[in-house]
Amino acid sequence: MSALLSVEGVSKRFRGLLAVDKVSFEVPEGGIYAVIGPNGAGKTTLFNMIAGVHSPDGGAITFGGERIDGLPPNEICQRGIGRTFQIVRPFPALSVEDNVIVGALMKRRDVTAARAHAHEVMRRLDLYDKRAQRASSMTLPDRKRLEVARALATDPKLLLLDEVMAGLRPTETDRIVGILRDINKESGLTILLIEHVMRAVMALAQHIVVLHHGANIAEGAPQAVVRDKAVIDSYLGAEAI
Amino acid sequence: MLGRLTEGLSARTLILLTLLLAVLLAAPFFASDYLLTVLILILYFAYVGQAWNIMMGFAGHLSLGHALYVGLGAYTAAALYVHYGIGPWIGLLVAIPIAALAGAFIGYLAFRFKVGGVYFAILTIAFAEFARVGFDHLAWTKGSSGLFLPVAQYSKNDLWHLRGQPVMFYYVLLVAVVAAFIGCRALLQSRIGYFWLAIREDEEAARSAGIDTFRYKMIAVVISAAMTSFAGVIYAFYYNNLFPEQVFHISRSIEIILGPIVGGVGTLFGPILGAFVLTGLAESLTEGLHAIGIDIPGAKQVFYGICLLFVIMALPDGVWPWVKRRLGLSERAP
Repeated sequence: MSALLSVEGVSKRFRGLLAVDKVSFEVPEGGIYAVIGPNGAGKTTLFNMIAGVHSPDGGAITFGGERIDGLPPNEICQRGIGRTFQIVRPFPALSVEDNVIVGALMKRRDVTAARAHAHEVMRRLDLYDKRAQRASSMTLPDRKRLEVARALATDPKLLLLDEVMAGLRPTETDRIVGILRDINKESGLTILLIEHVMRAVMALAQHIVVLHHGANIAEGAPQAVVRDKAVIDSYLGAEAI
Repeated sequence: MLGRLTEGLSARTLILLTLLLAVLLAAPFFASDYLLTVLILILYFAYVGQAWNIMMGFAGHLSLGHALYVGLGAYTAAALYVHYGIGPWIGLLVAIPIAALAGAFIGYLAFRFKVGGVYFAILTIAFAEFARVGFDHLAWTKGSSGLFLPVAQYSKNDLWHLRGQPVMFYYVLLVAVVAAFIGCRALLQSRIGYFWLAIREDEEAARSAGIDTFRYKMIAVVISAAMTSFAGVIYAFYYNNLFPEQVFHISRSIEIILGPIVGGVGTLFGPILGAFVLTGLAESLTEGLHAIGIDIPGAKQVFYGICLLFVIMALPDGVWPWVKRRLGLSERAP
């Protein structure tokens, strides 16, 4: 498998704080990778650099063989990286359908075609029956799925998911895990997720990258990573095993 | 063509819209001269309110300086007419690009340097104020002593030169309001419209969904400015005199935004309804206070303010969403 996304020695500093410190890893096409680590480890900063919200102070980010670091978020999305936000931000006054149509319009000029695509995506994420509802009146689990739907509607090659399971009940978590796994299997969508919910990480990820204080302290197959001493000490704790 | 126009409208909405249009078309045959001037004012505010609503209601950027675009349109067309005898419709072809350029310049400054929210509003005030002071010293438009269009008693209406009786202006504005309504509806249902709403709701999320927010904000400000300048051309030929102090004054910009705010920001019918409610309210207050013999200066303004306050407190989303529910028009288009 060739690498779809490659992060090489990427760093980001906010004033005195080194938020991300020379992090490197690669995500192969079709893979489901997870980034885990304690709060403040730099996971979201890393995501924001991949998604173009921040440009890295050092290092390179390559997507599909092209450098993308420093590009604005909209161009990165157009190249095929869709993202969700840790704190969900659907368009509150718009209906569920219109939220997803906005995403679908990125690659489609015609609203009718975008609506048809949006319906497909909403069906996938069990949102179709709620399509007329305003986003602001939805429950958190629904809003989280709406974020995923909007990102998916842009037809990404790589989907960045920033804690989409946080705050969900186990059944809701399993529901999203199932949906994501199916999409990955059927369309070969590559997924990179940040997640604290280890239940979801272990069920989904083929490979885990562990960040601590901005640095990559461990990486590998899930079963190996959760037994890694540095990971247990810094993040999971002994009782996790 | 007609099919696309009416797409998504319920039969009830269509009937009501047709009825309203019929009443407005017939109004000059029944209205007194006084009522006709009030109706002209209403249509004027409905039109500029619609234009302003593109920026604020659709793209989420508060402009408090739309008098700039009215003034640029008015002065351009009037000066071309006074100096070179160029008619308003040709003048419009010059006025629109000038206003659009002014809008693009302000937009570029604001959006390139990420000026948003109240600061954007202040920037728009600043440019309107620049124009107010600048035009005071512009000899070509007669500075602060005012630009006057030649006036005469017209026995017949000359549409090509916009010289004629109020009824002609009424119909010109009615056509403009209908065209603006149809145009805005088409925009809102297009790709651009969806992107505007996304930007209004959450700019960062919009960018992450692949939207070039700079580009779509620029499109909004340019369309809004260009549309507004047409109202300026009509204003110049209707009133026949232009003073920078009046045309570009901030109170002019505030007048423009009151209609859509009262009617319902971001709705298509809000600016039209708001213009009726506000102008109707102001005129009936004048009449009402006169009838009960209150002649204290400023009394009208006080009552007007209280009424506005009440409307905004009772219906914070505007009058139109409420009326819409009352009329049972639950079609999905806003």
